Amino acid sequence: MTATINRRSARRVSKVDRFLTLIRVFLVGLIVVGILAFLAQQFAPNNPFTRWRNPDAMGLSADQFKGLLMSGLSQGAMYGLIALGYSMVYGVLGFINFAHGEVFMAGAMTGFIASEKFNASGLWESNFLLCLVLIVLMAIGISTLMAVLMERVAYRPLRNSPRLIPLITSIGVSFFIQNAVMGLFGPATKSYPQLPEWLAKQRSILTFEIAGTKILVLVVAAVSMAGLWFLVERTKTGKAMRAVAEDKEIASLMGINVNRIIVTTFAVGGAMAGVAGILWGLLFRSVTHMTGFLPGIKAFTAAVVGGIGNLGGAMAGGIALGSAESIAPLVILEPLGVPGVSQLKDAVAFTVLVLVLLFKPTGLFGERLSSEDRA
Amino acid sequence: MTHLLEIRDLKVTFGGLDALSGLNFHIDEGEIVSVIGPNGAGKTTFFNTISGLVEATEGDILFEDESILGLEPHQVTDLGIARTFQNVRLFPNMTILENVMVSQHCRTHQQIFGTLFQTKAFKKEEREIRERSEAVLGFFGSRLVGYRMEQPAFVLSYANRRRLEIARAMATQPRLLLLDEPVAGMNPMETAELTGLIGRLRSEWGFTIVMIEHDMRVVRDVSDRVVVLDHGVPIAQGSYDEVSTNPDVIEAYLGRPVESKA
Amino acid sequence: MSATMSAPSSTSSTSPAASSAPALFDLDWRRIGKWGGLCAFAIALISLIGMPVGLDRRTIIEGRLSLGYLALIWLPLLFGYVVSKRVVLEGVDTPDPGARDVLAGLCTGLLAGLGPLLLILGIDNFNLRKPLVNWSPQLLELLTFGRDIGYGIGAWLAICAVLGMLGSTMHVLPKDVRRVVSIVTFGLLFISVLEAAIDDLSEGFGLEGLTDAMYAKRGGLTVKYSIILVVVLGVLAVVTKGRVKGATNHYRGLKGAERKRASVLLFAGVAVLCIVLPMFLGKIMNELLANVGLFLLLALGLNIVVGLAGILDLGYVAFFAVGGYTTAVLTSAESPFFAPELHFGFALIVVVLIAGLTGLVIGAPVIRMRGDYLAIVTLGFGEIIRLLFMSDWLKPYFGGAQGITNVPHVDLGFAVVKGTDPRSVFYMILVFCVLAIYVSWRLQGSRLGRAWMAIREDEQVAEAMGINTVNTKLMAFVVGAMMAALSGAILAAKVGSVFPNSFMILVSIIILVVVIVGGMGNILGVMVGSFVLIGVLGGPRQPGLLQEFQSYKLLIYGALLVFMMLQRPEGLVPSARRSQELHQEEFLQDVWLKGEDHEEEEAAEEAAAEEEAEATAEGTGDPA
Repeated sequence: MTATINRRSARRVSKVDRFLTLIRVFLVGLIVVGILAFLAQQFAPNNPFTRWRNPDAMGLSADQFKGLLMSGLSQGAMYGLIALGYSMVYGVLGFINFAHGEVFMAGAMTGFIASEKFNASGLWESNFLLCLVLIVLMAIGISTLMAVLMERVAYRPLRNSPRLIPLITSIGVSFFIQNAVMGLFGPATKSYPQLPEWLAKQRSILTFEIAGTKILVLVVAAVSMAGLWFLVERTKTGKAMRAVAEDKEIASLMGINVNRIIVTTFAVGGAMAGVAGILWGLLFRSVTHMTGFLPGIKAFTAAVVGGIGNLGGAMAGGIALGSAESIAPLVILEPLGVPGVSQLKDAVAFTVLVLVLLFKPTGLFGERLSSEDRA
Repeated sequence: MTHLLEIRDLKVTFGGLDALSGLNFHIDEGEIVSVIGPNGAGKTTFFNTISGLVEATEGDILFEDESILGLEPHQVTDLGIARTFQNVRLFPNMTILENVMVSQHCRTHQQIFGTLFQTKAFKKEEREIRERSEAVLGFFGSRLVGYRMEQPAFVLSYANRRRLEIARAMATQPRLLLLDEPVAGMNPMETAELTGLIGRLRSEWGFTIVMIEHDMRVVRDVSDRVVVLDHGVPIAQGSYDEVSTNPDVIEAYLGRPVESKA
Repeated sequence: MSATMSAPSSTSSTSPAASSAPALFDLDWRRIGKWGGLCAFAIALISLIGMPVGLDRRTIIEGRLSLGYLALIWLPLLFGYVVSKRVVLEGVDTPDPGARDVLAGLCTGLLAGLGPLLLILGIDNFNLRKPLVNWSPQLLELLTFGRDIGYGIGAWLAICAVLGMLGSTMHVLPKDVRRVVSIVTFGLLFISVLEAAIDDLSEGFGLEGLTDAMYAKRGGLTVKYSIILVVVLGVLAVVTKGRVKGATNHYRGLKGAERKRASVLLFAGVAVLCIVLPMFLGKIMNELLANVGLFLLLALGLNIVVGLAGILDLGYVAFFAVGGYTTAVLTSAESPFFAPELHFGFALIVVVLIAGLTGLVIGAPVIRMRGDYLAIVTLGFGEIIRLLFMSDWLKPYFGGAQGITNVPHVDLGFAVVKGTDPRSVFYMILVFCVLAIYVSWRLQGSRLGRAWMAIREDEQVAEAMGINTVNTKLMAFVVGAMMAALSGAILAAKVGSVFPNSFMILVSIIILVVVIVGGMGNILGVMVGSFVLIGVLGGPRQPGLLQEFQSYKLLIYGALLVFMMLQRPEGLVPSARRSQELHQEEFLQDVWLKGEDHEEEEAAEEAAAEEEAEATAEGTGDPA
């Protein structure tokens, strides 16, 4: 008999439920009205929503919209890569590795250090592709190492603890790494060297103007996903990973070395985050010790949106979140007369987090968890 | 009031599997009814549905002539149905006394105001809670009282944990007590003692009892009536003698003898 | 958590009495290698993070030891101790600590010395300044003690080896000696580190002469007084042997009226101390104490939410912000939209109400989620609220990034509490803290407190026992929210303004560390945690007693959190209950051992009960 008992919500509607429904209605209403206002302002100058219109608001041209979309997609792809790590670790061990954002930051930092050295020695300009490959490999190496160390030192001893203890520990690890990196490399913002012209220039693909770097991001993300898919679905290790995610105990009875698989999970997640770190560095060209904090939380949101434990969902969630983050401030909030919407970009991500966890915690594509973790 | 607890055509489905179907059941005040059946027959699901931990798909459950379907577990307990758990789930790090004291939560009222201002009402209630707890614990002899009361529950031996589990349920002052395998894992001495205690739960404390059990001697010694479940369906009801000689029941437990080849 | 023993030699017999001790050099090299290597790495890491150079300004013992060097040398000491640590299992033959352990410590230390060695050679020959900001001549200077490379390398190898050896030796020393050594070392350290506080106090009491002699002009203890203190502390340690434990046990053993009297006396004593002490302390110290008190208030609130009810609220800072902003809006003349300029007292009432409301609004939706999701959602809420307070959108109401300034002093009629007079602020905070402590204490031992604990233990079963878990958890949330909001109100009055950046997630996490380090669910522990962490290291943005740690305190907080979770989750000052919870096996063993006293009684009881049961069984009859 399982110790966990399935419990559905009560028939009787409680005040809390009524409150939640109210929030739902309010939010849907807000989004609908915002979009209507947006459309109206774009296409019909004299419309009932004009009185809300903020005189400083820019409105959105088609090109701008497409530009936003592209930004959102590329940023979302990076969120997705980071989200994979969160998803996998949650699927296997059942806790949120708060410090995964720092693994991502470590990749970006490594990229910075390496690219600086290459730049100083002139290799960056002469043979960019080689440098790129090298920094990606180095970032993957460092990130993977960090993730594996984290697991070994801080999480393995707590394997059987109640769920909140590893989470609290991971908060401590995150803090420690952030500040250790600040101590080691200084608090100043670090910039990647200039990217070669042929990469950074704008290109036109199907009426979309998109910077080459963003294309690179999308391509690399896609390739990584494909690689991951191959690993998880087609290899023996992947099968073992899925088995361990399903039920650790039974998997070990089937002869799977659970510890090794867990380490592999952390390593793969770390590698993905490392790649994301390089991409972030190339796209935004700046990195600090705090770079991992916000993207980390947003990536976790993405993982939950897609359904925790579900890898395809994590990437989809990332892209969805990235796009929403880019577009919502200008499409929903601004038409409603909210000034300074670019500040609220982060608030959008957090709001999505709150909403998803409130109303659809199993995510859009369903979670993949073992029954013990589901409780 | 017709029956204390009445169950009509109860059906509980878990993702395609009927854990319970077509279950009709009733119990009157003061009765002790046993529910038996092979493993996986749906007995614990039955209890879980009554206490509100599992949602029923169809049918109705009436307690004191009012439907309790869809109520939250704490509301069910508040109405007067208490239960124990098959795999003893105490509050391991609270003391034995606290385990029993906290079970009286729904029968007591003091809120923050009384706590902070230490009103007479608050102190009186705390005293009463304590006295009731000691009375309930005392039902099991001297095992759970005295110096033991202040020890955390995880130090208890298995049999004592089972007893504490029952004590907790008793402390909620129920009218109906659902005991899920109360003697599982006990040795014959402990089993015999608990059998006597179950009888006393009815005679001295006035509880109506529904009991899931596998140990047939206990069922025989204590029950007024027996209900047999198999694959979620009731296949027999009656006194122990009637049920224990019922061929369907025997088949459910032991299977049908293999047909000899002609 | 492996059974840590030095590798048994093949020649040792298993009879305890005549065990031929394993050979002296038969050490567990793998263990030594692991810990020595880790120590070397740690020394290098800490050096490169900048701690030695940054902390070098502060002298511990004049001319001999600075905090910078201390930051490094505690490592081989610790690792030497760990290397020889052993878990004595009942029934397993473990040789007594002896020369082998000392040697193991020595070797570990020697290996650890490779860390500074490599670093010195590295800095001398390569320039990695570009990524590693602390790869600098100053570090080299520090590591080589101002002399040449060879000296530095040799010195460090020797120092680490000796310290490693000393660390291991702690195991060899008898318990009493160990105790004395610990007390002397830590005592000396405290007295040196608390220089500012002690100076301040002595000024208040007119004992400047003593402290002038004790402390050198540029800081740190004088060598002469260090030696005196070593002797004094040593004597003290010997004299107080067993007294503290005896007193605590005596207190725990008291019952009824006696206990009450003892508690009242204790409480009165502490109260008098808290009231009288600030009068003798200077401004800076009072400011520090006020800060500690403020965070204590926050920690007590979180203690109820996390420690009692088991709800991990990472967005706790949101309530802090709500309290601060509400106060600012209600009392400040410069509040943009709505400036009723109420008196602080009235504002407080509104603050509490609004806090309760906010607690309900935030809590109601999240309370049903599973623990880790709840943590992240509350984190999200915390950030959303801060972003909203900072946004241009709500600037007309809350002042945006500039916040709201000109929050007036608190005029109590008989006194004025203003930020420029830290003593008054401290007294006001003291009042609130006492209230908060009272509330926490009462709630713990009440019906509600028990319900919270039950929910923390097993929520489903708590529900089955008749507890409305949703409402009860919400209650915890709301009480915590109110305490945080009160804290925020005090902050607003104290500082005279509120800015959105005072309310970052950082604050939530630091409070969480305080609660966990002190001991979850344990009021005394939270107090100790507050004092030690906020007082010494400093709050999120405020410096503590040791201002040098400003740049490193977050690092230490993070490391501390990880360390506590791994080694001592019950906190520094565990409640008896919590300690049992987390070390169940040991407790069970103790109970079993103690229970032997009661065994005879029980055996008799059981026999009687069994006879009774048999009689009953025959009585109820077998119909067949």
